[in-house]
Amino acid sequence: MSNNIWVFVQQDEGKLADVSLQLISKATDLAKDYNSKTGSSVVVEAVLLGEKVKDLASTVIQYGAEKVFCVEDARLKFYTPVPYAKVMVDIIKKEEPQIILYGATTTGRDLGPRVASSLKVGLTADCTDLQIGDYESKGETYENILYQIRPAFGGNIVATIVAPEKKPQMATVREGVMKLNDPDSSRKGEIVEIASIVDDMDCLTEIIERVQQEKSVNLTASPIIVAGGMGVGTKEGFDIIADFAKTIGADVAASRAAVDAGFIHKDHQVGQTGVTVRPKLYIACGISGAIQHRAGMDESAKIIAVNNDPDAPIFQIAHYGIVGEISDVIPKLKKAFTAKA
Amino acid sequence: MGLNLVVLVKQVPDTQNITGDAMKEDGTVNRGALPAIFNPEDLYALEAALRIKEEIAGSKVHVITMGPPAAEQVLKESLYRGADTVALITDRKFAGADTLATSYALKCAIEKIGKYDIVICGRQAIDGDTAQVGPQTAEKLGINQITCVENIEQIDEASLIARRSIEGGFEIVKSKYPVLVTMTDEGHTPRTSSAIKVMTYKNAKAGDPEIPMWSIDYIGADVEACGLKGSPTKVKKIESVVLKAEELQMIENTDEGLNNLMHALISDHTLG
Ligand SMILES: Cc1cc2nc3c(=O)[nH]c(=O)nc-3n(C[C@H](O)[C@H](O)[C@H](O)COP(=O)(O)OP(=O)(O)OC[C@H]3O[C@@H](n4cnc5c(N)ncnc54)[C@H](O)[C@@H]3O)c2cc1C
Ligand SMILES: Nc1ncnc2c1ncn2[C@@H]1O[C@H](COP(=O)(O)O)[C@@H](O)[C@H]1O
Repeated sequence: MSNNIWVFVQQDEGKLADVSLQLISKATDLAKDYNSKTGSSVVVEAVLLGEKVKDLASTVIQYGAEKVFCVEDARLKFYTPVPYAKVMVDIIKKEEPQIILYGATTTGRDLGPRVASSLKVGLTADCTDLQIGDYESKGETYENILYQIRPAFGGNIVATIVAPEKKPQMATVREGVMKLNDPDSSRKGEIVEIASIVDDMDCLTEIIERVQQEKSVNLTASPIIVAGGMGVGTKEGFDIIADFAKTIGADVAASRAAVDAGFIHKDHQVGQTGVTVRPKLYIACGISGAIQHRAGMDESAKIIAVNNDPDAPIFQIAHYGIVGEISDVIPKLKKAFTAKA
Repeated sequence: MGLNLVVLVKQVPDTQNITGDAMKEDGTVNRGALPAIFNPEDLYALEAALRIKEEIAGSKVHVITMGPPAAEQVLKESLYRGADTVALITDRKFAGADTLATSYALKCAIEKIGKYDIVICGRQAIDGDTAQVGPQTAEKLGINQITCVENIEQIDEASLIARRSIEGGFEIVKSKYPVLVTMTDEGHTPRTSSAIKVMTYKNAKAGDPEIPMWSIDYIGADVEACGLKGSPTKVKKIESVVLKAEELQMIENTDEGLNNLMHALISDHTLG
């Protein structure tokens, strides 16, 4: 049993998923914590599947993986569940890692459950935090296992889930919640090529067409965000938001209600069904602060809320509150910034 | 001919419309205070099945739920909308099941129905939000899966073509049967109940011939793999989400107030 910590590294058409590198970073921290608590020397390893992936492995190593298992096969070019799960289950059984992390992407949330079912182990969905700690149950203590922390019940509760009795402990983790470590280009690691066991019979899904565009904004990396909600009122109203954002060097985000109303593209949506952000500053304009929205932004270092309703829930998590009309406050804030900067 | 369609539906607490008394003091959920509803995406799953039935003559729609006797309500609602048969998988020994144990029980129930071509689930249930039961049921049945399906674009007696959503786009994929698909709420709007069917089934109760109850023994499931015993994941701790109110500083909506705020943010390097 290797006891190492693994990350399933997702690539789409030769590009590594951001969340996978965030997970390599997180796994490095977990390994350090585990080793200091137990005196062992577990390391971070990654699994990378695709048609041609060996070239990507060095990037994965720079972020902290000691070893990257690469499986290359034309039938693994695009993700499909049966071949991917078969390859994963096979390597896991041979190497016996203690933890495996997947990004909570459509791919990770399709693959993870299939692998968990096959191995008959637990899987916790859509985690927002991971820690190492002890668990006591019925007089037994399980030491240094993985705490899998996730919102549930529509974001109304936060649950800590453990799977103490079986290895590997597996979790899918939401994009944007784990910090990315700085890559170190001098890091050396091992690239292990593994022969593919995929059979034509496994290829049950035929991909007829695949359309995927780069997101028009990458809010997960934004240090400053100005977000608009229904209170902005109209599509034109968003011009005021965008103009203010540009002035202060911020990116524009939105609530789901504003996206659904057609004020702005879905790529800008923050929250449970949008992206999770953690900027230095989040300025929420005309956003009520529903739990599903807060789920994506309440880790922001500073929050300013602008709302004409003094009782809006957003004020309960804000550091600065301004009660007023968007059309009045935002131009005034812009003016104040230009005067001071 | 026709296709045999199995739809998996779940009764869930209405977590989207949480009211004040929904959370207990100790941070656990007061299920009693939340109305139980048909999991929203499962209505889209049922709708997809009913549309296939309309398209391919001779098809049958079987609806299964696993839950307590009160879950009969979602089965009745399925009958109202046009399901051919329903079954309630219910047994005290199923209690405490995580997604692994749930998918195992559902797999046994599906095999009890016998021949099936397509199993249709919702993408995820709004209580756990895991989206795991679909893929895990597919794996247990040893069949292919297509998750996050927005729409079934084409279908015939041998295969289907579905549009599934992926980050920043979509995929058009084809699979032969048997296959399990999970539906999002982007597809065809679910139909409402038929008045005639409501008349037919409104007095039906779990245990009646229209709503049979299936036990662990009946579906041939191994007790060790069911309920709490068959669940590798345990809940260690639950906390309700607390709003941190203490730090709020109200800023006057005046030139002076806003100037001071901007000044403070620039001097501590948050801005500029
Ligand atoms: C399963 C599920 C997932 C969801 N996922 C997300 C998600 O990812 N992200 C998300 O954001 N939401 C999500 N939602 C929706 C969420 O519940 C709320 O409906 C949404 O966040 C509300 O958006 P809003 O605050 O912009 O609109 P509203 O709730 O309508 O609030 C508008 C606010 O603007 C204020 N206002 C109005 N006019 C003015 C004005 N002239 N000047 C100043 N203030 C004004 C009002 O006082 C109010 O507080 C989800 C819901 C569900 C059920
Ligand atoms: N107890 C259950 N009975 C029947 N179907 C279920 C049950 N639990 C989950 N499902 C199905 O699996 C889907 C995903 O559920 P979940 O993995 O809990 O998010 C649901 O939308 C249902 O279609």
